[in-house]
Amino acid sequence: MTTVDTSARTGLRPGVIGTNAARPDGPPKVQGTFVFSNDLHADGMLWGATLRSPHPRARIVSIDVTGAWQIAGVETVITADDVPGAPTYGLISQDQPVFAREVVRYRGEPVAAVAADHPETCRRALAAIVVTYEVLDPLTDAEVAIAGGHEPIHPDGNVIRHQRIVHGDPAATGAVVVEGTYEIGMQDQAFLGLEAALALPDPGGAGVELYVATQWLHEDRKQIAHCLGLPEDKVRLVLSGTGGAFGGREDISLQVHTCMLSLRTGRPVKMAYGREESFYGHVHRHPATVWMRHHATAEGRLVKIEARFVMDGGAYASTSSAVLINAVTHTQGPYACPNAVVDGYAVRTNNPPCGAMRGFGVVQACFAHEGQMDKLAAACGLDPVAIRLRNAMRTGDLLITGQPVDSVAPVERCIRETAALPMPTEPVGGFDGDVLRLPGGTGRTADARHVRRGVGWGVAIKNLMYSEGFDDYATARCRLADGVATLEFATAEVGQGFVTLAPQIARTVLGVDDVLLEPMSTRIGSAGSTSASRQTWMSGGAVDAACRKVRERLFEHVAADWGVDPLRLVVEGTDIVDSMAVERRVAVAEASAGVVFDETVEYRHRPTEDLDENGQGHCHVAFAFVAHRAVVDVDVELGLVKVVQIATAQDVGVALNPLSVLGQVEGGIAQGLGLAVMEELVITDGRIRNASFTDYLLPTTLDVPEVVV
Amino acid sequence: MSDTPTNLHYRLRVNGVERDVADAWLGESLLHVLRERLGLPGAKGACEQGECGSCSVLVDGTLVCSCLVLAASAVDREITTVEGLGPDGALTDVQQAFLDEGAVQCGFCTPGLIVAVHDLLDANPRPSDLEVREALSGNICRCTGYGRIIAAVHTAADRRGGA
Repeated sequence: MTTVDTSARTGLRPGVIGTNAARPDGPPKVQGTFVFSNDLHADGMLWGATLRSPHPRARIVSIDVTGAWQIAGVETVITADDVPGAPTYGLISQDQPVFAREVVRYRGEPVAAVAADHPETCRRALAAIVVTYEVLDPLTDAEVAIAGGHEPIHPDGNVIRHQRIVHGDPAATGAVVVEGTYEIGMQDQAFLGLEAALALPDPGGAGVELYVATQWLHEDRKQIAHCLGLPEDKVRLVLSGTGGAFGGREDISLQVHTCMLSLRTGRPVKMAYGREESFYGHVHRHPATVWMRHHATAEGRLVKIEARFVMDGGAYASTSSAVLINAVTHTQGPYACPNAVVDGYAVRTNNPPCGAMRGFGVVQACFAHEGQMDKLAAACGLDPVAIRLRNAMRTGDLLITGQPVDSVAPVERCIRETAALPMPTEPVGGFDGDVLRLPGGTGRTADARHVRRGVGWGVAIKNLMYSEGFDDYATARCRLADGVATLEFATAEVGQGFVTLAPQIARTVLGVDDVLLEPMSTRIGSAGSTSASRQTWMSGGAVDAACRKVRERLFEHVAADWGVDPLRLVVEGTDIVDSMAVERRVAVAEASAGVVFDETVEYRHRPTEDLDENGQGHCHVAFAFVAHRAVVDVDVELGLVKVVQIATAQDVGVALNPLSVLGQVEGGIAQGLGLAVMEELVITDGRIRNASFTDYLLPTTLDVPEVVV
Repeated sequence: MSDTPTNLHYRLRVNGVERDVADAWLGESLLHVLRERLGLPGAKGACEQGECGSCSVLVDGTLVCSCLVLAASAVDREITTVEGLGPDGALTDVQQAFLDEGAVQCGFCTPGLIVAVHDLLDANPRPSDLEVREALSGNICRCTGYGRIIAAVHTAADRRGGA
């Protein structure tokens, strides 16, 4: 399948960094005993459910819940009037109501919730709530929002953020000019494990414990406590099994509702979305319209880029302002360019809210700049690979924000290594004309004689971790006793495999084989979000630092015994060795017998800056680079597409777990392929037209091609 | 739930054991009854439409989406869930291959895939790459991109062939 060697690097102790250490949650996951948030159960538990607005924009004239109360088995009904604390929440600005009050701003906005003895009772109770709406004219066109052509649909206005970038000489021009307008659709994260949570109330309603699938326990807690009117320490969150996330669990969905229902009834309450509700219940990837004009010399060297981004944030801000900044600051892609003029808008409409999804704004920029590079290649009479190599960014080059790329920038190497990967052996149109191999598959009517093969390139730069001055940190605790290390962190494991990496780090640093993991919860300090390509670096850095601190203590303990300077000691395998007298050694298990070392560390990356009014500033921390080559068969008469192969070389740094890296590369490619050729939430007048897996098409085994890494 | 008739009593044979289902509502799917009434949460619900395969189980040896089967209609059938594949809690060869090949990330689709792969390999011990892809095209995985899953199927088939 691939050219990568997925076996462990030879000569390494099993389970350390660089090996394909096994997932500790693997056996229960393959046996079906791993407990996802949807699987939670408590004695005496009630079910919760949410009533949502059927209109994209309307005034709420009245809400009559008496019908719901009359249904046997219904224990409580709540609306905006029942929110005990802050009425709104949000990741960056708190502009989203827990329940709509007076107005609804998108179809699917929560209006009320019920708790009852059975999901079917809940369904009937929701149907018995009578909401009278005065339907208002929705704002659904992002350009109208920018132009001021619609009354404000929210007190915060219709433009969430506008950011301009002016870099170098804005008047510069090139001998060759190409331009294009690129549209990117709204994509859904479509994590398989639907939103679910179980809330357990403290006696007397003094607090609440919430088991939930999320990406960031502490940020959730902050928002939940604020809305419940409780101090943060009275709201305890425990991560429950999380079936994927991809950005869609960064915002609050059912958390506050579940806690409220539980506190109101004094009973455990479980909420679990179905697939249709999930499509309405979380934010999506921003649909965007991106115009770009590239100026280059006759030889194809970039002179200037002009661009305009319009990103539809939907009804509430979520992370739109940060997504916008990611998009505009990646306008140039992985190419050096001395001059730029960029305008970016993230706007508010009555469409479904948009926020984080894998790539976080960079995907929209990438689709546009790569389309432009192909146009530029054609205009300059160059091969698509040649134009990219000619402009490939190198370490030290400046971004259009004025920030130097001071880390490794192996763009040229990514491109050359991708180009050197073998092309597919499959003939155009598939082996023996098997219909499964034809564009469109069995259900369509592609004719092998009309199938042509094309090769496309996509090369990208992506920032890592949080930007724009955010105090981004992760906390980890390491406890060593009797040769066993115990790690604790609040890092959300959503499938990415941090529960595998953290023990690998501990085994390597401490020379132990046995590593235990405490449950992920708010008992320890924040780990930050499982997003922004940050947890391996950030929580990994925190685990590494905590283990090193414990190791220092252990070295001091052993060195005192030996009467030597602790700086002479090193870990070799599972032994502590005196580097100045290597015959002096003791097993870590023996050295740590009967003693306990316990250290907690907060790890931070270097600070970043805000952008100024011209979009200048060192706003990002670090970057990664990738190149992709897609081989695609197209029925040129029907327009049907079949991706035959994707080859890729990616700058991943040191592979802590090569098999896990491969899984991330292949999984990311499948989501990108989905966006490119299959997936789009179709929105008409603010309504999602395809809120189901029957109508929102995800890549299957027959859609995802061979991936060569 | 006194508003709806929940007076249905019936028995299901699941993983070789007769199980009582009491005070049930006729509208409950096999998926709901397995998960909420019989304590077998291995089958997962992710689409409620038979599109994603997360809820795959075997009914009389036929691979079905348990979200589309009314539980009460499975009376007198032999139901096998992911919990019933391995002998006494041991890993099956397919489960072991999934672990060895890195086919598990979030794991939500995994139980359904495990059932589907057993169904495939029991019928076709040496499937081609295309046969694997076709057989598993009803199981959606959002994390892995399928590469490691397909590798796991071939590994399991190779090991069966070698035994």
